[in-house]
Formats: sequence, structure tokens, C-alpha cells
Amino acid sequence: MSVVIQTSGLGKRYRRTWALRDCTLAIPEGRVVGLVGPNGAGKTTLLRLAAGLLAPTCGTISVLGQRPAAGPAQLARVGFVAQDTPVYARMSVADHLRLGAWLNPAWDDELARRRIAQLGLDPKQRAGSLSGGQRAQLALTLALAKRPELLILDEPVASLDPLARREFLRGLMESVAEHGVSVVLSSHLVADLERVCDYLVVLVASRVRVAGEVSALLASHCRLSGPRRDPGALPAGVEIVEESHTDKQSLLLVRTDQPIHDPSWTITPVSMEDLVIGYMSRARDDRTHRLQAVS
Amino acid sequence: MIRLSALQFRAQAATAAVALAVFAVILAVSGPHLLGLYDSSGVAACQAHGDCLPLASSFVNKLGGFYTVFYFIGIGFLLLVPAAIGTFWAAPLLAREFEAGTFQLAWTQSVTRTRWLAAKLGVGALAAVATAGLFSLLLTWWSGPIDTAAPFAKRNSITFLRLGYVLFPTRGIAPLGYAAFAFALGVTAGVLIRRTVPAMAATLATFLFIQIAWAIWVRPHLILPARTFVALTAANIPNAELAVGPGGSTIIVPNLPSMTGDWILSTQNIDPAGHPFNVATVKACQGNISQACSNTLSSLHLRAVIAYQPASRFWALQWYETGIFLAAALLLAGFCLWSIRSRHLNG
Repeated sequence: MSVVIQTSGLGKRYRRTWALRDCTLAIPEGRVVGLVGPNGAGKTTLLRLAAGLLAPTCGTISVLGQRPAAGPAQLARVGFVAQDTPVYARMSVADHLRLGAWLNPAWDDELARRRIAQLGLDPKQRAGSLSGGQRAQLALTLALAKRPELLILDEPVASLDPLARREFLRGLMESVAEHGVSVVLSSHLVADLERVCDYLVVLVASRVRVAGEVSALLASHCRLSGPRRDPGALPAGVEIVEESHTDKQSLLLVRTDQPIHDPSWTITPVSMEDLVIGYMSRARDDRTHRLQAVS
Repeated sequence: MIRLSALQFRAQAATAAVALAVFAVILAVSGPHLLGLYDSSGVAACQAHGDCLPLASSFVNKLGGFYTVFYFIGIGFLLLVPAAIGTFWAAPLLAREFEAGTFQLAWTQSVTRTRWLAAKLGVGALAAVATAGLFSLLLTWWSGPIDTAAPFAKRNSITFLRLGYVLFPTRGIAPLGYAAFAFALGVTAGVLIRRTVPAMAATLATFLFIQIAWAIWVRPHLILPARTFVALTAANIPNAELAVGPGGSTIIVPNLPSMTGDWILSTQNIDPAGHPFNVATVKACQGNISQACSNTLSSLHLRAVIAYQPASRFWALQWYETGIFLAAALLLAGFCLWSIRSRHLNG
């Protein structure tokens, strides 16, 4: 399996606070990867490091086998859509396409024009007067027409209304299908990722909590409910991700590589959202425990 | 990348072009008449005979309100151009990219940020220098007759000296250096402050401070001032003036037509032993130069020591000053490049 982003012990510090710390991960090629985690997990920092907008404080990162922003050739292979999809407010849509054509050797002008036409954008309109959804689409068009091997999107739909969000993601998926580009997409909205991602990375407090194919993750996790009992009594190979107990009942989210035959458990499949929230709350509990241990 | 910089710069370029065009039309229409007045005034030839005062005065007095007013408008305009370039062109250039987040769009195209900044700086600085240069060329040409005649007509006014605080920075090639420097200063402020309006304010304040401080403290000493010793005699004392000298003493300043156009930096009176002399110690000289005062002073064999920059050094001083401001602009541009490559990469 070839990787598009590989990091090892990656850290980024702003003055005295660490935005990302000791992050080690490998993101495979040819997938639509959802990077999900709570606010402050380091998603934006990680993606900016991958785009070469930031330099790491420590550790290493390689993108498509090279240091990010190592030179024009490396820059040409990576497309980036920043948070809030910034574009030049005073420049027209057509000017943005010219910008793309001038600054990118592999620019696909036909693709850019077709997308702008499909979106119904007026090329003469100034980007500053576009709606949030249109602006995001323009930014995506610029990134796609660059014909990158890897497309990185940082919370591209966070500020869009549900309809614009759906259209943006649909446009993204069509292009992915057409050009076979690898995508890394961050979001804290699991519902969006569920629609488009086939690979999931859950990042909490700089740490990768779980990573893998969405279908494999969903198959290997399940929710168990039954009469209250000691979670330690579960068979070997079953790992508890999240647990909650009432006086009479136990509710578990587990990862298992084997079927569970105990008839006293009611087994239900998990959704992506269950999975993500399970891992996020486990990370929070870990931290709470650690803090308690320290104090 | 150069094409993009030019595209993003076109609004500013259009403003400058319109201002230049208006300026050029006004000067081109009125300039020939001004030159005609000058040619018929005889000021051009009088310097050989030393009888310029009446001719120059008559020429200056004959100038109508328009020429007098526009002469000062031109000066004000040329003083403003570099400051405006730094404030309105340069400061927002990068600050706006940081403020709006568009640097993330620019830096993820297939162009290194070194080239991105080099193109932005190159196009902007070229436009800044060209604008200031054209304004200065036009104004230096148009004002030439008045600049030449006024020091003879208004002998004691530093306002009309080519080397003075007002004319020097608005003539010749000095505005080119200021424009390049103001541009680099504005870009630097944008890189450091990363917000448009504060960067503009910082640029304007810093540039004005540097320009004023430079004129007062640095320009007089760019070239070691020349010194001349003038014997104070019964011939020149009655035409001299009393002034405040070093340490609050009173000095007597001779009136020297041969030094018309020279920038006099300081005058001191010394006695035959070379010690500073305070005219206030002579009772007869309190208040004004009376006959008794003149008689007493001329018997003391005093001399006036005058430190000055000769008018002939105008171009030498212009070149030095322009060179220094261009070098400072290059240093600031180097800092911006270093900062964008390393500092912003890191945070």
C-alpha cells in the first residue's frame, strides 16, 4: 500500500502551546480520507503542515514522498483548499482561472471552464460577491484544475448551508471519480464524511485513535447491550472502545475480530458517527484519568 | 507570477496613471509660458554680472497666482507621493493576503513563495519608482525657472533653496529613492503586522518620521560641510544681521550675495585668537547694528566661520541620498524574503 502522507513524531508549536504533538500516521493512496476529530485536535495544523504552509517544529512529514512545498514540482502535485475557502475578493471568477493557468504548469483549463459553467457562475463576477457555497466551489475548481495527485481540503464545508454542502461534496466526488485523485478531507461533521469517505482517521489531541477502511471499521465494531456485568468478562480479542453502565444494563462499543456468540448480549451494528464519537469520548476519558492521576 | 502581480496591481496603477496624466497636462499647458517669462526676465544671464536681485525679484513678482499656487501644490504633491505609495500600495500588499487568508491560496499554487514575493515586490517597486520618477521629472522641469530665480529674489528664505528642506526631496532623483524605500517599508510593515489598517498607519508614521529626521540630522552631513572664513569689516557689517548663535550667544551674520543658493548650516563669530565671540558683550550692538556697533566690531578684527553645503553639491547629495534609500529598500526587501521563507513557514 502506497502512502500519500506519512508523518513520524510530527509536532508543531506556536510560541508555548503545541498545536500538534507527536503525531505519527500514514494515509494511503487512492482513497477519500476523512480526518475527523474535535476542535483543537490539530487537524488544521496537520493539513497546513502537509500543504507546506507551516514547517514542523519537530518530527518529519513527507507528502507524495517529498518534503511539503519542496519546490514547484512538489507544489504542483498537491491541491489545497484552506479553511473558509479564501479567494481574492477583488478579482473576478475569470481572473481566478487566469491565476490558476499562469501559476500551474499542468492546469486543465477545459476542466475549470466546464466546472464554472456547470456551477452557473458568471466569469465576470467578482469573487467577493459570491455566496459562501459559490466561493467554496471556486476554490475547489482552482484546486482540481491544477490536476493534483493529492487534494487536501480543510473543513471545506464547515461554513456552508446543508444544500451548498451537499452540492460541494457531490462535485468533489464526481471529480474524484473522474480523475482518481487521492483526497484528504477534514471535518468535525461526521455526517458529511459518511457520505464521501472510504477511509477514516480519528485524531484526538494530536493522536491517531483509530484509522482504517470505513467498511472494515464498521464490520469490526459493534454495539453490545445486555444485563449489567463486568466488562472484564469479555472474551480475548474483544476491545472495549466505550462503555456505559446503569444499575441493570451495560452498553458497550467494542472492536472485535471475531463473532460474539454470547446470547445474553444484544448485538447491533454501529454507524460511522457512533464509531467516531466512541473513540473521541474514550480519548477524553483517557485524558481525564491522566489528569486525575497527575493531581 | 509577474502577470498575476500586474493583474492584482492594476487598480493602483490606474489611479497613478490618472493622477500622472492630470499632473502632466497641467504642467505641459502652463510650462512653456513660464519658460517664456523666465527667458525674457534676464535671470538666466544675470549671474555673470552679479545684478540678479532686481531681475529675479521682478520675475518672481510677475508670476501670477496660478504659478505661485501650483509651485507649492507641486511641492506638496511630491512630498506626499512616496508616503502614499508606502501607505496605500505597499502596506496592504501582503497584509491583506494574511488578513483574508489568501496567502494559503497563493502559496499552494505551483510557484515557490520566494518567486511569489519576488514578483510582487518587483512589479510594485518598479511601479512605485516609475511613478515617483515621472512626477519628479515633470515637476523639476516645470519648476526650474522659479527654483533658479527665487533664491536671488528671496535671499534669506531656505524654502527656495534647492538644497533646502522643501525643494531637495521634491526635485531630481531623490523621490525615486524615497518611493522605493517607502514601498519596501510598507511591505515590511505588512509582513510584520499582518493586518491592513495597522500596517498602513505604521508605514505612514515611520516613513514621515524617517523623512523628517533624515532632513534634520543626516542630510546636512552626508558630505562633510565646507567651511569658509569671512572677515567682518566696516564694509560688510552694516549689511549684516544679528542672530542667535551657539549657546544662546548673539552673532553677526554677514550678507553674502556670492553664497546665494548655498545651504548655510551654521555661522559662528571668532576673535583673532580663534575663540568664539559673543556680540552681546558689545554694549553698542544690543538690539540693532548701529554705527557705533559697526565701528566697535570692525576694530576687533572678527571673522565669521560659515559651515555650508555649496549649491554645486546638489547632484552629489541627490545621488548619495537616493543610493542610501535604494540600499535601505533592498535590505528591507531582503528581510521580507527571509521572513516569508522562514518565519511564516514557522508560524
